[in-house]
Amino acid sequence: MYIDSMTAIEQGKLIKKGEISAVELTKHYLDNIKKNDKNINAYITVTEEKALKKAEEVQKLIDSNSIDSPIAGVPMAIKDNIMTKDIYTTCASKMLEGFNPIYNSTVYDKLENSGAIILGKLNMDEFAMGGSTETSFFGPVRNPWDIERVSGGSSGGSAAAVSSMEAAYTLGSDTGGSIRQPCSFCGVSGIKPTYGSVSRYGLVAFASSLDQIGPIGKDIKDCAEILSIISGHDKKDSTSINMPKFDFSDCFENDNIKGMKIGIPINYLSKGIDDDVKNCILNSADIFKKLGAQIFEFEMPDTDYAVAAYYIVACAEASSNLSRYDGIKYGYRSNKGEGLIDVFYNSRSEGFGMEVKRRIMLGSFVLSSGYYEAYYKKGLKTRAVIKNSFDSAFEKYDAILSPIAPTAAFKIGENIKDPLKMYLGDIYTVSVNLAGIPAASIPCGFTKDNLPVGVQIIGPTLSEKKIIKICSAFQNNTDFHKRTCSIKEEK
Amino acid sequence: MEFEMTAGLEVHVELSTKTKIFCGCTTEFEGEPNTHTCPVCTGMPGSLPVLNKSVVEFAVKTGIALNCSITRHNKFDRKNYFYPDLPKAYQISQLYLPICTNGHIDIKTENGFKSIRIHEIHMEEDAGKLIHDDWDDCTLVDYNRCGVPLLEIVSEPDFESAEEIIAYLEKLKEILIYLGVSDCKMQEGSMRADVNISVKPKGTSELGTRTEMKNMSSFKAIYKAVNYETKRQIELIKEGKRVIQQTRRWDENKDASFAMRSKENAQDYRYFPEPDIPPVDIDDMWINNIISYMPELAETKRERYINELGLSEYDASVITSAKPIAMLFEEASEKCKSPKEVCNLIMGELMRLLSDTNTLPENLSISPDKIASLVKLVNEKKINRNVAKEVFEQIFKNDVDPVYYVNEKALMIINDEEFVSDIIKKVLSENVKSVEEYKSGKQKVFGFLVGQSMKALKGKAEPNLVNDILKKMLNEI
Repeated sequence: MYIDSMTAIEQGKLIKKGEISAVELTKHYLDNIKKNDKNINAYITVTEEKALKKAEEVQKLIDSNSIDSPIAGVPMAIKDNIMTKDIYTTCASKMLEGFNPIYNSTVYDKLENSGAIILGKLNMDEFAMGGSTETSFFGPVRNPWDIERVSGGSSGGSAAAVSSMEAAYTLGSDTGGSIRQPCSFCGVSGIKPTYGSVSRYGLVAFASSLDQIGPIGKDIKDCAEILSIISGHDKKDSTSINMPKFDFSDCFENDNIKGMKIGIPINYLSKGIDDDVKNCILNSADIFKKLGAQIFEFEMPDTDYAVAAYYIVACAEASSNLSRYDGIKYGYRSNKGEGLIDVFYNSRSEGFGMEVKRRIMLGSFVLSSGYYEAYYKKGLKTRAVIKNSFDSAFEKYDAILSPIAPTAAFKIGENIKDPLKMYLGDIYTVSVNLAGIPAASIPCGFTKDNLPVGVQIIGPTLSEKKIIKICSAFQNNTDFHKRTCSIKEEK
Repeated sequence: MEFEMTAGLEVHVELSTKTKIFCGCTTEFEGEPNTHTCPVCTGMPGSLPVLNKSVVEFAVKTGIALNCSITRHNKFDRKNYFYPDLPKAYQISQLYLPICTNGHIDIKTENGFKSIRIHEIHMEEDAGKLIHDDWDDCTLVDYNRCGVPLLEIVSEPDFESAEEIIAYLEKLKEILIYLGVSDCKMQEGSMRADVNISVKPKGTSELGTRTEMKNMSSFKAIYKAVNYETKRQIELIKEGKRVIQQTRRWDENKDASFAMRSKENAQDYRYFPEPDIPPVDIDDMWINNIISYMPELAETKRERYINELGLSEYDASVITSAKPIAMLFEEASEKCKSPKEVCNLIMGELMRLLSDTNTLPENLSISPDKIASLVKLVNEKKINRNVAKEVFEQIFKNDVDPVYYVNEKALMIINDEEFVSDIIKKVLSENVKSVEEYKSGKQKVFGFLVGQSMKALKGKAEPNLVNDILKKMLNEI
């Protein structure tokens, strides 16, 4: 159907013009979900009734001209680690299966006020820990381009839902690449914003100093619109930056990037990267060159330590953040054993999956007395060094162009038994979170197997406008982001 | 061999800020279980703490009053441990950069003043309360207290007796109450003290193995627990046994302590910097602003009462023994400009009434305006002091308005000599026997006749006037 090729903003315009109603559009997406999700598994919860009811309400607001938002009435979905009142929020964990939040995250409040229609909650790696959405208690998300392959992760459901037309746009979260990598794998666009530019209130914490919510959409313009809505200071989040919401209105009218300096960390492309992916990245650099940007190759120092530092800091924080799931107040409680210690021990042993337990143990270890200095402290120091490396790079370049993952989407089950290989797959993305800076992921080509590949545009703190301008220039002159997949039924 | 004890104190006080340390919930004591709660203080997934600025201000005030250095760059840390009363399974506290350090409190001892050093004061959140259900095999959790701000005030091991510990606690409590940072009610748990105790041979300098004593709910219990533990340790050593480093729980019903956990089982709290709260910087302007709003402390008040208002040392110390009494005294004195009269009413009447009615000073609700207008009535000679006492009691018990009450009950002084004479004449005629006794030299009877006359006058005449007229009349008989 023609709607499936339209962006969220285009659909919003259609509703505004009265060519389709919010209810009709919502029904269309619900149909897509019914049709596609049995193969994709992007959704953990579909809120059909709520969506239709909300669509009616929003349509009334639109009819009476009482809402002014380009996405009013457009259906969307949210990663299942973002709190939505009275809608199950499970973090794809047995631990929070059937957990019904008593409050809304700030981002969902903001989207609701802009007339968003929520279709449901999206599958992910358990507690956002993973890069393939295979650690989900509810089963892996399948890549719409090839359902035998992973969607990426941890926001695999968020990327796959956009790619399979099961939502006009979605929200994901990115702690070490969890928005960017699935976007690359599923051929959609996404932004990991500057740390503190989007409120984390209501985002279930994985690693508090790294987590950030961001949008995923068909193109960068959709992402920019959603990011603008959800950004800005929130007094409920002390780490949120004191700033108004982003205004990207002039980034599309003027997407001239002539003379802009873009650096390519050439050491990112030297080893351990798939040839097809490398070619796509180099090709996108050529495209930027043609668009008038200046391309510089440079060596990004200390990359080797980024993954180690990331896993130390992220797991340390995670081990503390996930302690609250103890079987006492909410969530899963084991009925085995006797007494308090048994409740803690058995509930956590049975309620968490392997990867989550691995990271909790890793994090508890690096914070233990006697190891704190050797690991956690060093992790923090390395983090500071990495931030400095980016600062020096941005003295020379407006933005950095880099790969997102060493490969395109891999086969389900291919890497899950090898956690180290999975962790190393995060090498191009984790530094961005350690530095707290923004980065976008946009489609830039395809492998020989017709799997999408994304390119990452990284900028300094609060350079979202610049990043969006660059991405917009790219998308105005390419059609990688417009290509669609046809979902093949499972054999 | 003789032994001596050494002790250090960790005192937790709940701050009387209106709202909790990291959310907007009320800090009020009691209330239906789990009603003073929100997603933040119950540790709901995704919730985030936002620091209550008043907590920082209360901590700074306390630090200044306890002669501490104030840390300018403050950070919070997480202390991780599992317990059902701690919904996040970590307590937000300060390990590396506590807000106040290096202070001292001077206490009075038998040998004069002694300075007890304060090691540090840090801010943290309180935990909830476990309620063990007696009639059912379960434990319930009440999170109302969860997130109530706490200061932990850690002393150096400077105490050498239980008396010193009590003197320190009393002084600390007085300071905190006068600052208005805590109500320090041990029974309600808003002040809690853990005591670290060790003993060593007298005269030696190396400290012995220490134990930590917890769960004392009154100063009396602390006194008992300290002496009990000192004795227990000395006996152990005398028997040739070792003191084991452990935490012990005081049982008030048994007047004995029991081991809770030993150091071998000590928890690793896996402290690390709290990532959800950015550092808090305190600049000179903020500190000076806090200082400018610091209330006068008891010690300064005592000196002022003695030197400027002419109170005796004893009266000044009784009045400042509780802040509400001192405030009543000051406000009433300010309004009637007769501090001594107010002082007399407080020392004589108020203290008696408080003890008669078992009222705690903190529950005192008496209007300084009414006391001031009562004193004015005395000063203007409209009522005498005996009537004033009666009216005071009425104000205390029934919150009467003194002017209205005096008028209504017709308690004004009777200055009319003729009227007084008439009444006394009548009294004498009704007490012929006593008059005869007086006449025969029994001077004592005079007092009885004064009493009878005053009774007949309903206490409204000036005693001197009654005395004079009575003497005159008796002489004339």
